[in-house]
Amino acid sequence: MKTRKHRRVGDSPLVRRTLIGLAVTLTVLLLFMPLVLIFVQAFTEGWAGYVSNILDEYTLHAIGLTLVVALLTVPLNLVFGVFLAWLVTRFRFPGRKLLATLIDIPFAVSPVVAGLLFLLLYGSNGWVGQWLGEYDIQLMFSWPGIVMVTVFVTCPFVARELIPLMQQQGREEEEAGVVLGASGWQLFRRVTLPNIRWALLYGVILTNARAVGEFGAVSVVSGNIRGETNTLPLQVELLYQDYNTAGAFAASSLLAGIALITLVVKAIVEWRQSRN
Amino acid sequence: MATTDLSERPAKKLSAAATKRVLPGFGLSLGISLFFISLVLLLPISGLFIRAAGMGWEQFWFVITDPRVVASYKVTALAALAASLFNCVFGLLMAWVLVRYEFPGKRLLDAIMDLPFALPTAVAGITLATLFAENGWYGQYLADLGIEVAFTPLGIVVAMAFTSVPFVVRTVQPVLEELAPEDEEAAMSLGASDMTVFRKILFPALWPAVVTGGALSFARSLGEYGAVIFIAGNSPYISEVISLMIFVRLEEYDFPAASAIAAVVMTVSLLLLLAINVWQGRYLKRLHGG
Repeated sequence: MKTRKHRRVGDSPLVRRTLIGLAVTLTVLLLFMPLVLIFVQAFTEGWAGYVSNILDEYTLHAIGLTLVVALLTVPLNLVFGVFLAWLVTRFRFPGRKLLATLIDIPFAVSPVVAGLLFLLLYGSNGWVGQWLGEYDIQLMFSWPGIVMVTVFVTCPFVARELIPLMQQQGREEEEAGVVLGASGWQLFRRVTLPNIRWALLYGVILTNARAVGEFGAVSVVSGNIRGETNTLPLQVELLYQDYNTAGAFAASSLLAGIALITLVVKAIVEWRQSRN
Repeated sequence: MATTDLSERPAKKLSAAATKRVLPGFGLSLGISLFFISLVLLLPISGLFIRAAGMGWEQFWFVITDPRVVASYKVTALAALAASLFNCVFGLLMAWVLVRYEFPGKRLLDAIMDLPFALPTAVAGITLATLFAENGWYGQYLADLGIEVAFTPLGIVVAMAFTSVPFVVRTVQPVLEELAPEDEEAAMSLGASDMTVFRKILFPALWPAVVTGGALSFARSLGEYGAVIFIAGNSPYISEVISLMIFVRLEEYDFPAASAIAAVVMTVSLLLLLAINVWQGRYLKRLHGG
Protein backbone atom coordinates (compact mmCIF):
# COMPACT_ATOMS: atom_id res chain seq x y z
CA MET A 1 0.00 0.00 0.00
CA LYS A 2 1.04 3.57 -0.60
CA THR A 3 -0.39 4.77 2.70
CA ARG A 4 3.10 5.32 4.08
CA LYS A 5 3.53 8.18 1.62
CA HIS A 6 0.39 9.98 2.75
CA ARG A 7 0.47 11.93 5.92
CA ARG A 8 -2.42 11.31 8.31
CA VAL A 9 -3.64 13.18 11.37
CA GLY A 10 -1.35 12.76 14.37
CA ASP A 11 1.58 11.39 12.36
CA SER A 12 4.11 13.93 13.53
CA PRO A 13 6.49 12.45 16.12
CA LEU A 14 5.68 15.13 18.69
CA VAL A 15 1.91 14.52 18.62
CA ARG A 16 2.44 10.77 18.48
CA ARG A 17 4.75 10.69 21.49
CA THR A 18 2.59 13.06 23.52
CA LEU A 19 -0.59 11.07 22.93
CA ILE A 20 1.02 7.68 23.60
CA GLY A 21 2.71 9.05 26.72
CA LEU A 22 -0.54 10.51 28.00
CA ALA A 23 -2.48 7.30 27.29
CA VAL A 24 0.10 5.09 28.97
CA THR A 25 0.41 7.36 32.03
CA LEU A 26 -3.35 7.59 32.55
CA THR A 27 -3.82 3.84 32.08
CA VAL A 28 -1.05 3.05 34.55
CA LEU A 29 -2.57 5.41 37.13
CA LEU A 30 -6.18 4.41 36.56
CA LEU A 31 -5.95 0.66 35.84
CA PHE A 32 -2.51 -0.83 36.52
CA MET A 33 -1.82 0.67 39.93
CA PRO A 34 -5.14 -0.49 41.45
CA LEU A 35 -4.28 -4.01 40.30
CA VAL A 36 -0.79 -3.79 41.81
CA LEU A 37 -2.21 -2.40 45.05
CA ILE A 38 -4.51 -5.42 45.50
CA PHE A 39 -1.58 -7.85 45.48
CA VAL A 40 0.74 -5.62 47.53
CA GLN A 41 -1.93 -5.26 50.22
CA ALA A 42 -2.74 -8.96 50.12
CA PHE A 43 0.88 -9.84 50.89
CA THR A 44 1.59 -7.18 53.58
CA GLU A 45 1.84 -9.98 56.15
CA GLY A 46 4.03 -12.09 53.90
CA TRP A 47 3.29 -15.40 52.22
CA ALA A 48 2.39 -17.15 55.50
CA GLY A 49 -0.01 -14.35 56.42
CA TYR A 50 -1.59 -14.55 52.99
CA VAL A 51 -2.15 -18.29 53.26
CA SER A 52 -3.61 -18.05 56.74
CA ASN A 53 -5.95 -15.26 55.58
CA ILE A 54 -7.19 -17.41 52.72
CA LEU A 55 -7.56 -20.45 54.98
CA ASP A 56 -9.70 -18.47 57.43
CA GLU A 57 -12.81 -20.54 58.19
CA TYR A 58 -15.31 -17.96 56.91
CA THR A 59 -13.26 -17.01 53.86
CA LEU A 60 -13.02 -20.68 52.87
CA HIS A 61 -16.77 -21.04 53.26
CA ALA A 62 -17.31 -17.94 51.14
CA ILE A 63 -15.06 -19.39 48.43
CA GLY A 64 -17.09 -22.63 48.48
CA LEU A 65 -20.45 -20.83 48.28
CA THR A 66 -19.20 -18.62 45.46
CA LEU A 67 -18.08 -21.69 43.49
CA VAL A 68 -21.50 -23.32 43.97
CA VAL A 69 -23.26 -20.15 42.76
CA ALA A 70 -21.03 -20.00 39.67
CA LEU A 71 -21.49 -23.72 38.96
CA LEU A 72 -25.27 -23.33 38.97
CA THR A 73 -25.46 -19.98 37.20
CA VAL A 74 -23.03 -20.43 34.34
CA PRO A 75 -24.52 -23.61 32.74
CA LEU A 76 -28.04 -22.17 33.01
CA ASN A 77 -27.07 -18.94 31.28
CA LEU A 78 -24.97 -20.84 28.75
CA VAL A 79 -27.96 -22.89 27.60
CA PHE A 80 -30.28 -19.89 27.60
CA GLY A 81 -27.73 -17.70 25.77
CA VAL A 82 -27.19 -20.23 22.99
CA PHE A 83 -30.93 -20.78 22.44
CA LEU A 84 -31.63 -17.03 22.43
CA ALA A 85 -28.77 -16.34 20.00
CA TRP A 86 -29.99 -19.16 17.72
CA LEU A 87 -33.52 -17.77 17.85
CA VAL A 88 -32.73 -14.14 17.01
CA THR A 89 -30.05 -14.80 14.41
CA ARG A 90 -31.53 -17.79 12.57
CA PHE A 91 -35.20 -16.87 12.31
CA ARG A 92 -37.20 -13.78 11.41
CA PHE A 93 -40.37 -13.25 13.36
CA PRO A 94 -42.30 -10.31 14.80
CA GLY A 95 -40.83 -9.15 18.10
CA ARG A 96 -37.32 -10.30 17.27
CA LYS A 97 -35.77 -6.85 17.87
CA LEU A 98 -37.74 -6.46 21.09
CA LEU A 99 -36.39 -9.75 22.39
CA ALA A 100 -32.83 -8.68 21.63
CA THR A 101 -33.45 -5.42 23.53
CA LEU A 102 -35.09 -7.09 26.53
CA ILE A 103 -31.98 -9.14 27.10
CA ASP A 104 -30.02 -5.90 27.69
CA ILE A 105 -32.17 -4.93 30.70
CA PRO A 106 -29.84 -6.46 33.32
CA PHE A 107 -27.03 -4.25 31.95
CA ALA A 108 -29.09 -1.13 32.55
CA VAL A 109 -30.54 -2.00 35.95
CA SER A 110 -28.75 -1.06 39.16
CA PRO A 111 -27.65 -4.22 41.00
CA VAL A 112 -29.42 -3.07 44.15
CA VAL A 113 -32.68 -2.73 42.19
CA ALA A 114 -32.07 -6.20 40.74
CA GLY A 115 -31.77 -7.65 44.23
CA LEU A 116 -34.88 -5.78 45.37
CA LEU A 117 -36.93 -7.21 42.46
CA PHE A 118 -36.35 -10.72 43.76
CA LEU A 119 -36.81 -9.77 47.40
CA LEU A 120 -40.22 -8.26 46.61
CA LEU A 121 -41.40 -11.32 44.73
CA TYR A 122 -39.87 -14.17 46.72
CA GLY A 123 -39.39 -12.56 50.16
CA SER A 124 -41.55 -13.66 53.09
CA ASN A 125 -44.27 -11.11 52.26
CA GLY A 126 -43.96 -11.32 48.47
CA TRP A 127 -46.58 -13.06 46.31
CA VAL A 128 -44.54 -16.13 45.54
CA GLY A 129 -42.66 -16.00 48.85
CA GLN A 130 -45.85 -16.19 50.93
CA TRP A 131 -47.07 -19.18 48.99
CA LEU A 132 -43.69 -20.93 49.29
CA GLY A 133 -43.62 -20.05 53.00
CA GLU A 134 -46.64 -22.27 53.54
CA TYR A 135 -44.50 -25.17 52.40
CA ASP A 136 -41.56 -23.99 54.56
CA ILE A 137 -39.48 -23.07 51.53
CA GLN A 138 -37.35 -19.99 52.02
CA LEU A 139 -35.49 -18.67 48.98
CA MET A 140 -34.39 -15.25 50.18
CA PHE A 141 -31.55 -14.82 52.69
CA SER A 142 -30.26 -18.24 51.66
CA TRP A 143 -28.27 -19.62 48.75
CA PRO A 144 -31.13 -20.13 46.23
CA GLY A 145 -31.85 -16.40 46.35
CA ILE A 146 -28.20 -15.64 45.65
CA VAL A 147 -28.27 -17.94 42.64
CA MET A 148 -31.50 -16.35 41.35
CA VAL A 149 -30.19 -12.77 41.40
CA THR A 150 -26.88 -13.89 39.92
CA VAL A 151 -28.72 -15.54 37.03
CA PHE A 152 -30.59 -12.26 36.48
CA VAL A 153 -27.46 -10.10 36.53
CA THR A 154 -25.38 -12.37 34.25
CA CYS A 155 -27.97 -13.61 31.75
CA PRO A 156 -27.04 -11.24 28.87
CA PHE A 157 -23.36 -12.10 28.54
CA VAL A 158 -23.38 -15.33 26.48
CA ALA A 159 -26.11 -14.09 24.12
CA ARG A 160 -24.39 -10.69 23.73
CA GLU A 161 -21.14 -12.36 22.65
CA LEU A 162 -22.85 -14.79 20.25
CA ILE A 163 -25.48 -12.62 18.52
CA PRO A 164 -23.17 -10.26 16.57
CA LEU A 165 -20.92 -13.14 15.50
CA MET A 166 -23.74 -15.45 14.41
CA GLN A 167 -25.44 -12.58 12.59
CA GLN A 168 -22.26 -11.88 10.68
CA GLN A 169 -21.70 -15.54 9.79
CA GLY A 170 -25.17 -15.93 8.32
CA ARG A 171 -27.12 -19.15 8.09
CA GLU A 172 -25.98 -20.63 4.76
CA GLU A 173 -23.72 -23.26 6.32
CA GLU A 174 -26.47 -24.51 8.59
CA GLU A 175 -28.99 -24.52 5.74
CA ALA A 176 -26.58 -26.62 3.71
CA GLY A 177 -26.33 -28.98 6.68
CA VAL A 178 -30.11 -29.37 6.77
CA VAL A 179 -30.24 -30.09 3.05
CA LEU A 180 -27.62 -32.78 3.59
CA GLY A 181 -29.87 -34.34 6.21
CA ALA A 182 -28.28 -33.32 9.52
CA SER A 183 -30.41 -33.48 12.64
CA GLY A 184 -30.76 -30.43 14.89
CA TRP A 185 -28.13 -31.59 17.37
CA GLN A 186 -25.70 -32.69 14.64
CA LEU A 187 -26.16 -29.32 12.97
CA PHE A 188 -25.31 -27.46 16.16
CA ARG A 189 -22.38 -29.65 17.12
CA ARG A 190 -20.78 -30.05 13.71
CA VAL A 191 -21.58 -26.74 11.97
CA THR A 192 -22.51 -24.01 14.44
CA LEU A 193 -20.33 -24.87 17.43
CA PRO A 194 -16.98 -24.93 15.57
CA ASN A 195 -17.78 -21.44 14.24
CA ILE A 196 -18.76 -19.88 17.54
CA ARG A 197 -16.66 -21.80 20.05
CA TRP A 198 -14.22 -18.98 20.86
CA ALA A 199 -16.93 -16.38 21.34
CA LEU A 200 -18.88 -18.92 23.37
CA LEU A 201 -15.84 -19.57 25.54
CA TYR A 202 -15.37 -15.86 26.20
CA GLY A 203 -19.10 -15.48 26.95
CA VAL A 204 -18.85 -18.27 29.50
CA ILE A 205 -15.70 -16.86 31.11
CA LEU A 206 -17.27 -13.41 31.33
CA THR A 207 -20.47 -14.86 32.82
CA ASN A 208 -18.32 -16.67 35.35
CA ALA A 209 -16.34 -13.53 36.25
CA ARG A 210 -19.52 -11.58 36.84
CA ALA A 211 -21.17 -14.45 38.71
CA VAL A 212 -18.35 -14.81 41.23
CA GLY A 213 -18.01 -11.03 41.57
CA GLU A 214 -21.62 -9.85 41.88
CA PHE A 215 -21.96 -7.65 44.94
CA GLY A 216 -24.90 -5.22 45.03
CA ALA A 217 -27.68 -7.62 44.03
CA VAL A 218 -26.33 -10.43 46.19
CA SER A 219 -25.95 -8.22 49.25
CA VAL A 220 -29.68 -7.35 49.10
CA VAL A 221 -30.83 -10.98 49.16
CA SER A 222 -28.06 -12.66 51.12
CA GLY A 223 -28.69 -11.54 54.69
CA ASN A 224 -24.90 -11.55 55.22
CA ILE A 225 -24.76 -14.51 57.58
CA ARG A 226 -21.07 -15.26 58.19
CA GLY A 227 -20.20 -18.83 57.28
CA GLU A 228 -23.63 -19.36 55.72
CA THR A 229 -24.77 -16.90 53.06
CA ASN A 230 -21.62 -14.86 52.52
CA THR A 231 -20.17 -15.00 49.03
CA LEU A 232 -16.58 -13.94 48.40
CA PRO A 233 -17.35 -10.28 47.49
CA LEU A 234 -19.52 -9.98 50.62
CA GLN A 235 -16.72 -11.50 52.66
CA VAL A 236 -14.37 -8.85 51.22
CA GLU A 237 -16.77 -6.17 52.47
CA LEU A 238 -17.07 -7.73 55.93
CA LEU A 239 -13.31 -8.09 56.37
CA TYR A 240 -12.74 -4.54 55.17
CA GLN A 241 -15.32 -3.19 57.61
CA ASP A 242 -13.64 -5.20 60.39
CA TYR A 243 -10.41 -3.27 59.58
CA ASN A 244 -8.83 -6.56 58.50
CA THR A 245 -7.31 -4.97 55.39
CA ALA A 246 -4.85 -7.78 54.67
CA GLY A 247 -7.67 -10.35 54.89
CA ALA A 248 -9.95 -8.28 52.65
CA PHE A 249 -7.24 -7.88 50.01
CA ALA A 250 -6.23 -11.54 50.25
CA ALA A 251 -9.81 -12.50 49.41
CA SER A 252 -9.82 -9.77 46.72
CA SER A 253 -6.65 -11.16 45.17
CA LEU A 254 -8.53 -14.38 44.32
CA LEU A 255 -11.24 -12.36 42.56
CA ALA A 256 -8.60 -10.22 40.83
CA GLY A 257 -6.93 -13.44 39.67
CA ILE A 258 -10.20 -14.56 38.06
CA ALA A 259 -10.48 -11.12 36.43
CA LEU A 260 -6.95 -11.45 35.00
CA ILE A 261 -7.72 -14.91 33.61
CA THR A 262 -10.83 -13.40 31.98
CA LEU A 263 -8.70 -10.72 30.28
CA VAL A 264 -6.17 -13.30 29.05
CA VAL A 265 -8.94 -15.48 27.59
CA LYS A 266 -10.41 -12.45 25.86
CA ALA A 267 -7.04 -11.57 24.32
CA ILE A 268 -6.62 -15.16 23.06
CA VAL A 269 -10.15 -15.23 21.63
CA GLU A 270 -9.63 -11.94 19.78
CA TRP A 271 -6.29 -13.13 18.44
CA ARG A 272 -7.94 -16.35 17.18
CA GLN A 273 -10.80 -14.46 15.55
CA SER A 274 -8.51 -11.97 13.83
CA ARG A 275 -6.55 -14.87 12.32
CA ASN A 276 -9.70 -16.27 10.70
CA MET B 1 -20.14 -5.81 4.38
CA ALA B 2 -21.05 -6.63 0.81
CA THR B 3 -21.27 -10.33 1.58
CA THR B 4 -23.67 -9.88 4.47
CA ASP B 5 -25.86 -7.67 2.26
CA LEU B 6 -26.04 -10.40 -0.36
CA SER B 7 -26.86 -13.06 2.18
CA GLU B 8 -29.55 -10.98 3.85
CA ARG B 9 -31.37 -10.09 0.64
CA PRO B 10 -32.63 -13.48 -0.54
CA ALA B 11 -33.65 -14.29 3.03
CA LYS B 12 -35.82 -11.19 3.13
CA LYS B 13 -37.53 -12.14 -0.11
CA LEU B 14 -38.59 -15.51 1.22
CA SER B 15 -41.60 -15.35 3.46
CA ALA B 16 -40.95 -15.66 7.19
CA ALA B 17 -42.63 -19.05 7.23
CA ALA B 18 -40.39 -20.42 4.51
CA THR B 19 -37.18 -19.49 6.38
CA LYS B 20 -38.55 -20.96 9.55
CA ARG B 21 -38.97 -24.30 7.87
CA VAL B 22 -35.36 -24.57 6.68
CA LEU B 23 -33.55 -24.59 10.04
CA PRO B 24 -34.75 -26.67 12.97
CA GLY B 25 -35.38 -25.53 16.52
CA PHE B 26 -37.63 -22.49 16.09
CA GLY B 27 -40.28 -23.74 18.50
CA LEU B 28 -37.80 -25.03 21.04
CA SER B 29 -35.60 -21.93 21.11
CA LEU B 30 -38.60 -19.60 21.15
CA GLY B 31 -40.13 -21.56 24.00
CA ILE B 32 -36.98 -21.64 26.11
CA SER B 33 -36.17 -17.97 25.46
CA LEU B 34 -39.67 -16.73 26.25
CA PHE B 35 -39.94 -18.91 29.34
CA PHE B 36 -36.58 -17.76 30.65
CA ILE B 37 -37.12 -14.05 29.88
CA SER B 38 -40.61 -14.09 31.41
CA LEU B 39 -39.52 -15.86 34.56
CA VAL B 40 -36.18 -14.18 35.16
CA LEU B 41 -36.75 -10.68 33.75
CA LEU B 42 -40.37 -9.75 33.16
CA LEU B 43 -42.05 -11.29 36.21
CA PRO B 44 -39.77 -9.61 38.79
CA ILE B 45 -39.85 -6.26 36.95
CA SER B 46 -43.63 -6.16 36.68
CA GLY B 47 -43.76 -7.19 40.33
CA LEU B 48 -41.86 -4.02 41.24
CA PHE B 49 -44.15 -1.73 39.24
CA ILE B 50 -47.30 -3.36 40.61
CA ARG B 51 -45.95 -2.95 44.15
CA ALA B 52 -45.13 0.71 43.52
CA ALA B 53 -48.50 1.34 41.84
CA GLY B 54 -50.31 -0.29 44.76
CA MET B 55 -49.12 2.29 47.28
CA GLY B 56 -51.18 5.19 45.97
CA TRP B 57 -50.01 8.31 44.19
CA GLU B 58 -49.79 10.60 47.20
CA GLN B 59 -47.63 8.29 49.28
CA PHE B 60 -45.54 7.41 46.23
CA TRP B 61 -44.90 11.09 45.53
CA PHE B 62 -44.14 11.78 49.19
CA VAL B 63 -41.55 9.01 49.30
CA ILE B 64 -39.77 9.81 46.06
CA THR B 65 -39.58 13.58 46.80
CA ASP B 66 -38.16 13.17 50.29
CA PRO B 67 -35.36 15.80 50.52
CA ARG B 68 -32.69 13.22 51.34
CA VAL B 69 -33.75 11.12 48.34
CA VAL B 70 -33.82 14.17 46.06
CA ALA B 71 -30.30 15.05 47.21
CA SER B 72 -29.19 11.54 46.27
CA TYR B 73 -30.70 11.90 42.76
CA LYS B 74 -28.63 15.04 42.30
CA VAL B 75 -25.41 13.56 43.65
CA THR B 76 -25.82 10.43 41.50
CA ALA B 77 -26.72 12.28 38.28
CA LEU B 78 -23.96 14.89 38.61
CA ALA B 79 -21.29 12.33 39.51
CA ALA B 80 -22.40 10.04 36.65
CA LEU B 81 -22.30 12.98 34.25
CA ALA B 82 -18.79 13.98 35.34
CA ALA B 83 -17.59 10.36 35.15
CA SER B 84 -18.99 9.80 31.66
CA LEU B 85 -17.58 13.12 30.38
CA PHE B 86 -14.17 12.05 31.65
CA ASN B 87 -14.63 8.70 29.91
CA CYS B 88 -15.62 10.38 26.62
CA VAL B 89 -12.25 12.19 26.56
CA PHE B 90 -10.20 9.32 27.98
CA GLY B 91 -11.98 6.74 25.79
CA LEU B 92 -11.43 8.76 22.61
CA LEU B 93 -7.74 9.16 23.49
CA MET B 94 -7.33 5.44 24.22
CA ALA B 95 -9.20 4.35 21.08
CA TRP B 96 -7.09 6.72 18.99
CA VAL B 97 -3.78 5.55 20.43
CA LEU B 98 -4.75 1.86 20.20
CA VAL B 99 -5.93 2.09 16.58
CA ARG B 100 -3.50 4.60 15.06
CA TYR B 101 -0.14 3.88 16.62
CA GLU B 102 2.17 0.90 16.99
CA PHE B 103 4.31 0.77 20.12
CA PRO B 104 5.66 -1.83 22.54
CA GLY B 105 3.13 -2.90 25.16
CA LYS B 106 0.15 -1.96 23.00
CA ARG B 107 -1.51 -5.37 23.33
CA LEU B 108 -1.21 -5.21 27.10
CA LEU B 109 -2.71 -1.73 27.14
CA ASP B 110 -5.56 -2.95 24.97
CA ALA B 111 -6.22 -5.98 27.18
CA ILE B 112 -6.19 -4.05 30.47
CA MET B 113 -8.93 -1.69 29.18
CA ASP B 114 -11.50 -4.38 30.04
CA LEU B 115 -10.30 -4.77 33.63
CA PRO B 116 -13.18 -2.72 35.12
CA PHE B 117 -15.72 -5.15 33.59
CA ALA B 118 -13.91 -8.21 34.87
CA LEU B 119 -12.99 -6.97 38.35
CA PRO B 120 -15.76 -7.31 40.96
CA THR B 121 -17.10 -3.91 41.97
CA ALA B 122 -16.50 -4.50 45.69
CA VAL B 123 -12.83 -5.19 44.98
CA ALA B 124 -12.63 -2.03 42.87
CA GLY B 125 -14.30 -0.15 45.72
CA ILE B 126 -11.90 -1.12 48.49
CA THR B 127 -8.93 -0.71 46.15
CA LEU B 128 -9.86 2.83 45.12
CA ALA B 129 -10.70 3.73 48.73
CA THR B 130 -7.23 2.52 49.81
CA LEU B 131 -5.44 4.33 46.96
CA PHE B 132 -7.17 7.64 47.69
CA ALA B 133 -7.19 7.41 51.49
CA GLU B 134 -5.30 10.16 53.34
CA ASN B 135 -2.19 7.97 53.68
CA GLY B 136 -2.78 6.04 50.44
CA TRP B 137 -0.53 5.95 47.36
CA TYR B 138 -2.49 8.75 45.67
CA GLY B 139 -4.22 10.32 48.65
CA GLN B 140 -1.02 11.55 50.33
CA TYR B 141 0.06 13.56 47.27
CA LEU B 142 -3.41 14.87 46.57
CA ALA B 143 -3.68 15.97 50.21
CA ASP B 144 -0.59 18.17 49.70
CA LEU B 145 -2.45 19.85 46.87
CA GLY B 146 -5.48 20.26 49.09
CA ILE B 147 -7.58 17.79 47.09
CA GLU B 148 -9.68 15.30 49.04
CA VAL B 149 -11.12 12.39 47.10
CA ALA B 150 -11.97 9.67 49.62
CA PHE B 151 -15.24 10.24 51.48
CA THR B 152 -16.27 13.15 49.24
CA PRO B 153 -18.49 13.36 46.12
CA LEU B 154 -15.26 13.44 44.09
CA GLY B 155 -14.65 9.87 45.28
CA ILE B 156 -18.01 8.88 43.75
CA VAL B 157 -16.89 10.34 40.41
CA VAL B 158 -13.60 8.39 40.58
CA ALA B 159 -15.40 5.11 41.33
CA MET B 160 -17.97 5.62 38.56
CA ALA B 161 -15.28 6.64 36.07
CA PHE B 162 -13.25 3.53 36.89
CA THR B 163 -16.12 1.06 36.54
CA SER B 164 -17.26 2.46 33.18
CA VAL B 165 -13.88 2.93 31.45
CA PRO B 166 -14.40 0.32 28.69
CA PHE B 167 -17.63 1.71 27.20
CA VAL B 168 -16.31 4.63 25.11
CA VAL B 169 -13.04 2.89 24.17
CA ARG B 170 -14.88 -0.17 22.88
CA THR B 171 -17.55 1.75 20.92
CA VAL B 172 -15.09 4.17 19.26
CA GLN B 173 -12.37 1.62 18.45
CA PRO B 174 -14.23 -0.30 15.68
CA VAL B 175 -15.52 2.91 14.07
CA LEU B 176 -12.02 4.37 13.97
CA GLU B 177 -10.68 1.12 12.50
CA GLU B 178 -13.20 1.11 9.65
CA LEU B 179 -12.82 4.78 8.79
CA ALA B 180 -11.71 5.18 5.16
CA PRO B 181 -8.46 7.18 4.95
CA GLU B 182 -9.16 8.96 1.60
CA ASP B 183 -10.83 12.16 2.86
CA GLU B 184 -8.30 12.54 5.63
CA GLU B 185 -5.29 12.03 3.33
CA ALA B 186 -6.71 14.34 0.68
CA ALA B 187 -7.23 17.11 3.22
CA MET B 188 -3.77 16.61 4.66
CA SER B 189 -2.13 16.71 1.22
CA LEU B 190 -3.99 19.96 0.49
CA GLY B 191 -2.14 21.41 3.45
CA ALA B 192 -4.81 21.47 6.17
CA SER B 193 -3.47 21.29 9.72
CA ASP B 194 -3.93 18.20 11.93
CA MET B 195 -6.39 20.04 14.13
CA THR B 196 -8.51 21.22 11.21
CA VAL B 197 -8.69 17.77 9.64
CA PHE B 198 -9.57 16.22 12.98
CA ARG B 199 -12.30 18.77 13.60
CA LYS B 200 -13.77 18.80 10.10
CA ILE B 201 -13.36 15.20 8.95
CA LEU B 202 -12.58 12.78 11.76
CA PHE B 203 -14.70 14.12 14.60
CA PRO B 204 -17.95 14.26 12.57
CA ALA B 205 -17.46 10.54 11.85
CA LEU B 206 -16.57 9.63 15.41
CA TRP B 207 -18.90 11.62 17.64
CA PRO B 208 -21.97 9.34 17.33
CA ALA B 209 -19.86 6.49 18.72
CA VAL B 210 -18.50 8.73 21.48
CA VAL B 211 -22.06 9.71 22.43
CA THR B 212 -23.18 6.06 22.44
CA GLY B 213 -20.28 5.05 24.66
CA GLY B 214 -20.82 8.06 26.91
CA ALA B 215 -24.52 7.24 27.30
CA LEU B 216 -23.73 3.61 28.16
CA SER B 217 -21.17 4.80 30.68
CA PHE B 218 -23.72 7.24 32.15
CA ALA B 219 -26.40 4.54 32.46
CA ARG B 220 -23.98 2.18 34.15
CA SER B 221 -22.76 4.89 36.54
CA LEU B 222 -26.30 5.81 37.62
CA GLY B 223 -26.75 2.33 39.06
CA GLU B 224 -23.23 1.76 40.38
CA TYR B 225 -23.18 0.59 43.98
CA GLY B 226 -20.30 -1.71 44.96
CA ALA B 227 -17.43 0.46 43.83
CA VAL B 228 -19.02 3.66 45.12
CA ILE B 229 -20.04 2.87 48.70
CA PHE B 230 -16.51 2.19 49.95
CA ILE B 231 -15.08 5.50 48.78
CA ALA B 232 -18.12 7.77 49.02
CA GLY B 233 -18.30 8.30 52.78
CA ASN B 234 -22.09 7.98 52.43
CA SER B 235 -23.14 11.06 54.40
CA PRO B 236 -26.81 11.96 53.96
CA TYR B 237 -27.50 14.91 51.59
CA ILE B 238 -23.83 15.04 50.50
CA SER B 239 -22.44 11.76 49.27
CA GLU B 240 -25.24 9.20 49.17
CA VAL B 241 -25.96 7.66 45.77
CA ILE B 242 -29.44 6.52 44.80
CA SER B 243 -28.64 2.79 44.96
CA LEU B 244 -27.44 3.26 48.53
CA MET B 245 -30.65 5.17 49.31
CA ILE B 246 -32.69 2.11 48.25
CA PHE B 247 -30.46 -0.06 50.39
CA VAL B 248 -30.91 2.25 53.41
CA ARG B 249 -34.72 2.08 53.06
CA LEU B 250 -34.50 -1.71 52.86
CA GLU B 251 -32.47 -1.87 56.05
CA GLU B 252 -35.18 0.21 57.73
CA TYR B 253 -37.66 -2.47 56.54
CA ASP B 254 -39.44 0.29 54.62
CA PHE B 255 -40.27 -1.89 51.62
CA PRO B 256 -42.82 0.53 50.06
CA ALA B 257 -40.28 3.38 50.05
CA ALA B 258 -37.54 1.14 48.65
CA SER B 259 -39.91 -0.06 45.91
CA ALA B 260 -41.02 3.47 45.04
CA ILE B 261 -37.47 4.77 44.66
CA ALA B 262 -36.47 1.61 42.79
CA ALA B 263 -39.42 2.12 40.41
CA VAL B 264 -38.14 5.62 39.61
CA VAL B 265 -34.60 4.33 39.04
CA MET B 266 -35.89 1.42 36.95
CA THR B 267 -38.01 3.73 34.76
CA VAL B 268 -35.05 6.02 34.10
CA SER B 269 -32.81 3.00 33.30
CA LEU B 270 -35.34 1.52 30.87
CA LEU B 271 -35.88 4.88 29.12
CA LEU B 272 -32.11 5.34 28.80
CA LEU B 273 -31.75 1.83 27.39
CA LEU B 274 -34.52 2.54 24.87
CA ALA B 275 -32.97 5.88 23.87
CA ILE B 276 -29.54 4.30 23.39
CA ASN B 277 -31.07 1.53 21.26
CA VAL B 278 -32.98 3.98 19.04
CA TRP B 279 -29.88 6.16 18.73
CA GLN B 280 -27.69 3.19 17.79
CA GLY B 281 -30.26 2.01 15.23
CA ARG B 282 -30.28 5.40 13.49
CA TYR B 283 -26.57 5.79 13.66
CA LEU B 284 -25.90 2.30 12.31
CA LYS B 285 -28.26 2.94 9.40
CA ARG B 286 -26.27 6.06 8.58
CA LEU B 287 -23.05 4.11 8.77
CA HIS B 288 -24.30 1.57 6.24
CA GLY B 289 -25.65 4.28 3.95
CA GLY B 290 -29.34 3.49 4.57
